[in-house]
Amino acid sequence: SRRHFAERVSFPGATGGSVFTEKMTFLSDYPTIPTYRVLDLDGKVIVPDQDPKLDKDECLKIYRTMISLNQMDMIMYEAQRQGRISFYMTNYGEEGTHLGTAAALTNDDVIFGQYREAGALIYRGFSIQQCMHQCYSNEKDLGKGRQMPVHYGSKELNIQTISSPLGTQIPQAAGAAYALKREGKDACVVCFFGEGAASEGDFHAALNIAATTEAPVVFFCRNNGYAISTPAREQYRGDGIASRGHGYGMHTIRVDGNDILAVYNVVKEARRIAIEEHKPVLIEALTYRQAIPFHVGHHSTSDDSSAYRPKKEVSDWMKQDAPINRFRKYIQDQQWWSDEQEQALKKQVRAEVLECFAEAEKLKKPAVSNLFTDVYDELPWNLVEQKEKLEALMKKYPSHYDASSHAKE
Amino acid sequence: MLSSASRNAASRLRSSVSFVKRTLASSSGSPPPAEGFMQGVATSKFIKATKEQALAHPELAAVKNSETQKMNYFTAVNDALATALATDDKAVIFGEDVGFGGVFRCTIGLAEKFGKDRVFNMPLTEQGIIGFGIGMAAVGHTPIAEIQFADYVFPAFDQIVNEAAKYRYRSGNEFNVGGLTIRMPCNAVGHGALYHSQSPEAYFAHTPGLKIVYPRSPIQAKGFLLAAIRDPNPVLVMEPKILYRSAVEQVPVDDFVLPLGKAEVVKEGKDLTVVGWGAQLYVLEHAVQEAEKRMPGLSIEVIDLRSILPWDRDAVEKSVNKTGRLLIAHEAPHTGGFGGEIAAAIQERCFLKLEAPIARVCGWDTPFPLVYEKFYVPGMIRCLDEIERVMNY
Repeated sequence: SRRHFAERVSFPGATGGSVFTEKMTFLSDYPTIPTYRVLDLDGKVIVPDQDPKLDKDECLKIYRTMISLNQMDMIMYEAQRQGRISFYMTNYGEEGTHLGTAAALTNDDVIFGQYREAGALIYRGFSIQQCMHQCYSNEKDLGKGRQMPVHYGSKELNIQTISSPLGTQIPQAAGAAYALKREGKDACVVCFFGEGAASEGDFHAALNIAATTEAPVVFFCRNNGYAISTPAREQYRGDGIASRGHGYGMHTIRVDGNDILAVYNVVKEARRIAIEEHKPVLIEALTYRQAIPFHVGHHSTSDDSSAYRPKKEVSDWMKQDAPINRFRKYIQDQQWWSDEQEQALKKQVRAEVLECFAEAEKLKKPAVSNLFTDVYDELPWNLVEQKEKLEALMKKYPSHYDASSHAKE
Repeated sequence: MLSSASRNAASRLRSSVSFVKRTLASSSGSPPPAEGFMQGVATSKFIKATKEQALAHPELAAVKNSETQKMNYFTAVNDALATALATDDKAVIFGEDVGFGGVFRCTIGLAEKFGKDRVFNMPLTEQGIIGFGIGMAAVGHTPIAEIQFADYVFPAFDQIVNEAAKYRYRSGNEFNVGGLTIRMPCNAVGHGALYHSQSPEAYFAHTPGLKIVYPRSPIQAKGFLLAAIRDPNPVLVMEPKILYRSAVEQVPVDDFVLPLGKAEVVKEGKDLTVVGWGAQLYVLEHAVQEAEKRMPGLSIEVIDLRSILPWDRDAVEKSVNKTGRLLIAHEAPHTGGFGGEIAAAIQERCFLKLEAPIARVCGWDTPFPLVYEKFYVPGMIRCLDEIERVMNY
């Protein structure tokens, strides 16, 4: 009826149920989304009922994983500096986002990563040794030496292989989540990305699609303040990444990414919402891209970050708020950890990492024929021909095509 | 239905829907679109008018006892999609406007029959549609994505080229997206101008990891679409939209697949080999008939390449070794077109047998124009003229 049209906003695009107003107001002053935390900087629980009360074994597993990750980063960073591997990216300062998330998931949950989430993979069971095999592109690398270092992946562990193009994994995560929903699985997809990648069109596509298809996916943004050299202020002008969730009609939360327990709580509840309510969730974890001690925190080994941020800013962060230190204080308060254990663990982990390093370095590269396989399920005629051509050339010019560092066919 | 859909859609979609109405609303039996260079399709010898003709084809031996049904190209696509959904619980169909049946009617009735969780609309984002499909395929499902026009596949270029094509290789075969199929209407349609006419196959032919197939008729559409859906690699299926209603033939109702990567000699001959794909086949058929009429005794072999990637070099090579001459025709622009790849490979393989330079009749190196379409396309006259030139060399 005409009356109905006059009183209600009946436009079909007004899905949120808008009301008419005769006052012209441009929205500009939005409330800023708060940052949820459990622990203070001294590792003390601020509001007791927010403590997830993880048991001792769980906490020590998380802590050991962080120490292992740090030690691996330190050794691999140096290995790259010495030219022993071609490239590396460290995880310093973001261990909280990795471990808080990983601990809240099951191995049935599918992980789509960006490239700086190694801690989550190691927690799940991707070993330091496997990381090193990948970085060394040796014959035990599951990826057969085809991708740059730190592009990990494992079918067995439900970790989709990392790729370099930023943001591409975000809509893929929505699709995988939709598939899990169709299977009726008690599982979700967790998709990591940085605040820089959230500027890509794929981010927009993904969140919108996840919302409209009601896919059980948890979008986890690591907002560490920089995309290589670009500070957040040049990346966006809204209230970070979290503020965008509302626009997509999505459950959204912002969390202190240096607080493992806060990240754990948030991911655990997000997982429940995604699976039980069939709704995607957006999590923005605020953190800071820190550094290996004695180095300024770079984006990667190809980057010198002192060109765009003061060394003091980095060292201040590391002194004031490293996620690993906060968590260490927490477990020390529980009487689960001591300085002696700390020293012993570091020594032990360092030895283990060096052992893995030596093992990875001594192995051969994969057989050269792996250059041609897996483009398709089978080699088409053109690849058969091209493979034969290369083999003939290798035979004709053995000194140029020295394959002695590669495994035999 | 079309008009209610167009009210809600974005402007680009609106224009494409009204465009579809203009193109295809004519009932069957009425003449093809005004400029209709596809007039020859109805009488084409490449179309199987009877059940006997259809089932006599050796590639259909597996369904030689099947009933056949008269289908046009879009109903054959619809039949293949229904077969795929019925035979694979993990198959789903999605894209822009596929829920109500699609702007070209290819998905009509499927949401009603198989459920809205299996046939559903996507927000209007091509990169999102393909990314979503890659994710489903990466966990073992069978996504069948539709890009409304091949002209709009480019926002998804990154997802197709950097992601789908490389997924198996880069993971060391830990993962693959072989379940993914991407359908897209392509080719000229009489008045599609820049963004409803393109033939982007050559962009994708330069991408290892993809397969590309170009069915020319209803039987081919069904057999190749089912093959694409079941192939363990990501496949792009290019559907010439001018044929959706104008190509009609007897199609086996049973489930069958056609072999990807194989060309078909659709007309045998001994003096010249002519290669094309998609709607261009019917232009070539017309030009060949005219040339054989004008040059008594001339016998031309016509090959439908069908698959662009991997393409059937052996079939073309064998034919050119027999005829000594080759002409390739495609609607896409000349420079960088897939004709160049064929020409280079054949001169490498058949150098001593070639009696004339390999000829290419293609779209000009311009965007696809509106009012100049008949001057742009490699139409019958251009193909005929080039055939005469090659034969008189």
